[in-house]
Amino acid sequence: MPRRAVPSGAAAVVLWTAAFAPAIHPDAAAQGVDFDFSGRVRLETRWFPQAGTFPGQRRHAGGIAAEPEFYFENAQGRSFTLTPFFRYDSADANRTHFDVREAFLLMFGQAGDGEWELRVGIDRVFWGAAESRHLVDIVNQTDLIEHPDEEDKLGQPMAHLTWSGDWGVAEVFGLPYHRARTLPGSRGRLRYPLPYDTGNALYESRAKQWHFDVAGRYSHSLGPLDFGASVFNGTSREPFFLPGANATGDPVLHPYYEQIHQWGVDAQVTLDAWALKLEAIHRSGARNLRGVDENYGALVGGFEYTFFSVWGTAADVSVLGEWNYDGRGRDATTAFDNDLFVATRWAPNDIQGTELLAGIMFDARRASRVMTLEFNRRITDRWSMSVESIALPGVDASDILYPTRRDSFFEFGLFYNF
Amino acid sequence: MTQACSQRASSLFRAFPLVLAACLAAPPPAPGQDAEARGLEIAQDARARGEGFGDFTASQTMLLRNREGQESRRELRLQVLEVPGDGNKSLFVFDEPRDVAGTALLIFSHREDDDEQWLYLPALERVRRISSSNQSGSFLGSEFAYEDMGTPEVEKFTYRYLRDDECGGLTCTVTERVPTNTRSGYSRQEVWQDTDELRVWRVDYYDRKGDHLKTLTMSNYQQYLDRYWQAGEMTMVNHVTGKSTVLTWADLQFGNDLDDNDFTRTGLRRAR
Repeated sequence: MPRRAVPSGAAAVVLWTAAFAPAIHPDAAAQGVDFDFSGRVRLETRWFPQAGTFPGQRRHAGGIAAEPEFYFENAQGRSFTLTPFFRYDSADANRTHFDVREAFLLMFGQAGDGEWELRVGIDRVFWGAAESRHLVDIVNQTDLIEHPDEEDKLGQPMAHLTWSGDWGVAEVFGLPYHRARTLPGSRGRLRYPLPYDTGNALYESRAKQWHFDVAGRYSHSLGPLDFGASVFNGTSREPFFLPGANATGDPVLHPYYEQIHQWGVDAQVTLDAWALKLEAIHRSGARNLRGVDENYGALVGGFEYTFFSVWGTAADVSVLGEWNYDGRGRDATTAFDNDLFVATRWAPNDIQGTELLAGIMFDARRASRVMTLEFNRRITDRWSMSVESIALPGVDASDILYPTRRDSFFEFGLFYNF
Repeated sequence: MTQACSQRASSLFRAFPLVLAACLAAPPPAPGQDAEARGLEIAQDARARGEGFGDFTASQTMLLRNREGQESRRELRLQVLEVPGDGNKSLFVFDEPRDVAGTALLIFSHREDDDEQWLYLPALERVRRISSSNQSGSFLGSEFAYEDMGTPEVEKFTYRYLRDDECGGLTCTVTERVPTNTRSGYSRQEVWQDTDELRVWRVDYYDRKGDHLKTLTMSNYQQYLDRYWQAGEMTMVNHVTGKSTVLTWADLQFGNDLDDNDFTRTGLRRAR
């Protein structure tokens, strides 16, 4: 439960000492330092029905992933959260990886009629409203190796200050270090023909990954409207791939990160059973697919309509439609340059918390189709399971996804939650 | 009884004149105007008695049981802030089952306007506005619907006093309330309140077809601050599915000095 904290100094070391002095103080027990340990372990197996397009690619991958969370909170409500992540993958050496998802100090207090909050350390931040794609979400790097849906994120070092009140929420971010995107290894699926030289990312900035990025966001909720406006200035999270050679002279793709400037808006209007969603960005400084600098705009917008308690049962069924557009057209560095996403969500509201989301992305310019399926269900109060699939029934030869055309997969996961 | 009787009587009048005869033997209902005024008066009186609490925090445990006797447990904490002249602000944080631990729900309920709801999903670090149209939807897979979880606002029902009845050694008024919201899952509810303190002891819920769907019984009432009564246990039985949910309250504390800042979208991410 949120509790009120007392304002204090700014330097991280001072914060640490101030926040946890009670932990080493003899009165610690009386002051009540809370400790909480939670998390999940998942066993997963991914199966690709078709053999890979490139030599060495595996048809099956098994693995285990753990994400424990350690939480400390003192009597003043200041807290420290530590969330390491580890995955072992039997097929792809790159997918066996470790990350610190979270390691941050949190403090907050009153500021006038409103409130301030400061998070310092490694944290995750989400911006956005749409379902099929997260356009404006830029603070954290994508942990692409985890899942091609781009929803898994790497921990990002940051100082994140929030100021909120009746007038809305204003946030500023100082981002001192760039995390390079995780990418599949040579035995992994869902990649380009040439292997990625992930250990040697290239940067436009002379400061390389130490360029100090800044971001800001204003958001508010007015009646049925929830909206946000954001700005980012710094190193792109999306790599451009430069062909080259590695240390032994073999051809590789070097991830290259430009300096970009991005404006973004995201909004949702929730009226009865309707949710209307929009995300739009304008980005400058990035290269297009031909390697040429091009300022561009992109958007994803659509709706979700829910039929509550259908057919006299407890189940809710939603239909979703979203249009993805990228102003660069065929020079877009994404597959979603002009694509329609249609999906349905089924939630029977049962004891097991079952949920199913099935969707198809139709490419308006080409014959490409991408089908997605996500199914989650609790087995007991501690164990749960998931089935996920991405199917590529047809990928046009001109599509950026063409090298992955044989990489449809099914994934079965078993989770232990503690 | 009288009401059920008169409904049955009108629809079955031709086929079963005897039903009508049996009903006529029952005491006549109070004249409509008076019964409505009295029902509304009881509801307003009950609200007035509950006003001024300021804020409270509490824990809840839900035991879900299906027809076969299989059980599943839900644990959550909540904090509630009174908004004078309007509804409440409520924040729920889920602890069990563990796969949804840390999920938090923020609700601004309003006397007349639609409620506003935001859901925080910790796995995605995402705060999502959700529709408040889902009134009849199940809360966490339990037999409690969303609309059963909040305080029933007086303005969202029309009332009719039905009769006095005995309830567990006390005398209760039985009032019918009809939701004005067309998205409610109920056609009407019958509420048993004791005449001493207007505590609710039982609610019968009738579905849109008019069938008796669920019964809520309240017990283990305790008084707080020498004024406010809260049931320690609430049992909801679904007569159609045979499932039931027992909701137990614990650690109820008033006067926590909460304010609007404890009920924000930013605070949702901190809730745990």
